[in-house]
Amino acid sequence: MNYGIVSQEQLEQIDTILSSKLIKLGVDCVIIIDMAGNIITAKDNGESKYDVYSFAALAAGNFATVDAMAKLVGEAEFSLLFHKGQESNIHFSKIDDELLLISMFGKDISLGFLRLNVVEAIEQIRKVWEGSKD
Amino acid sequence: MSFINLKDKVVQVKIVYYGPGRCGKTTNLEYINRKFRSQIQSEMVSLKTHGDRTLFFDFLPFDMGKIKGYDIKIQLYTVPGQVKYNATRKLVLKGVDGVVFVADAMEKQREKNIRSLNQLHENLQAYKESIFKLPLVIQYNKVDLKEHGVPILPTAVLRKDLNSRLKVPDFEASAITGYNVAATLKKIISSTVVSMQKKLL
Repeated sequence: MNYGIVSQEQLEQIDTILSSKLIKLGVDCVIIIDMAGNIITAKDNGESKYDVYSFAALAAGNFATVDAMAKLVGEAEFSLLFHKGQESNIHFSKIDDELLLISMFGKDISLGFLRLNVVEAIEQIRKVWEGSKD
Repeated sequence: MSFINLKDKVVQVKIVYYGPGRCGKTTNLEYINRKFRSQIQSEMVSLKTHGDRTLFFDFLPFDMGKIKGYDIKIQLYTVPGQVKYNATRKLVLKGVDGVVFVADAMEKQREKNIRSLNQLHENLQAYKESIFKLPLVIQYNKVDLKEHGVPILPTAVLRKDLNSRLKVPDFEASAITGYNVAATLKKIISSTVVSMQKKLL
């Protein structure tokens, strides 16, 4: 059994990245989870009230399923996943083999703009996370 | 892998109910969901087929209160029991901290119990976990059926079949009436938390 422990300082750094890169942009809620369905951190705009624990469990399952499908068609992975709705959308992106970044956003943000910001946020989070492994 | 958040002081623990098809894994969670409603903040999530069989998993988050200032969040999962869904069972087992093996006490299910336990062993190996080391509790479910004249296996036989080598805590239970459901849950939570403490100290 392995245990994921992140220091308070690292979590605060990650939270700052999420706030400045995504929440500021207008994203309703951002969650980082591990592939087992645990929440690493969750940030929202103060208005959205999602049940993030159930969400994390379902999202991890969803991503694992898509991963298994990728292997069936000979892909190493589908690293990006996007669900579009009338009012809200969900965007999934892999940070590394263990972590997943999930953004929930409304119709006011374009997917392209969100993706650009997600990529930048992920690069910064990776650096913080790598530091935790040293 | 359970996750420990030092900033918010939260520990997330993943416990999986495993067992052959129709042995009562979902029924266990449904009973817990009713009985401990006050400790459960969200709805139970069930991904099931039209025929009410579990397709992917059931999920029930459960607040256990604080240990040494840390909020313990227990995440209960079930796996789909049907033989064909082993790929999904494996996915649900990822990062598991403790397992409840629910066995079906009905006589005709004897072989299915053994097969399912063997598969649990194999599936854990895929994650480099060992059934002999991971916190595990065995539940012999459906003992209430005896009163209804359904032939069930004596506990001694079930124990010999399933628990002679593992030697883990085990309970006779009836998930439908709630008999020993809470006892099973308490046991697996305490074994899991103790095992986590040992690893961390």
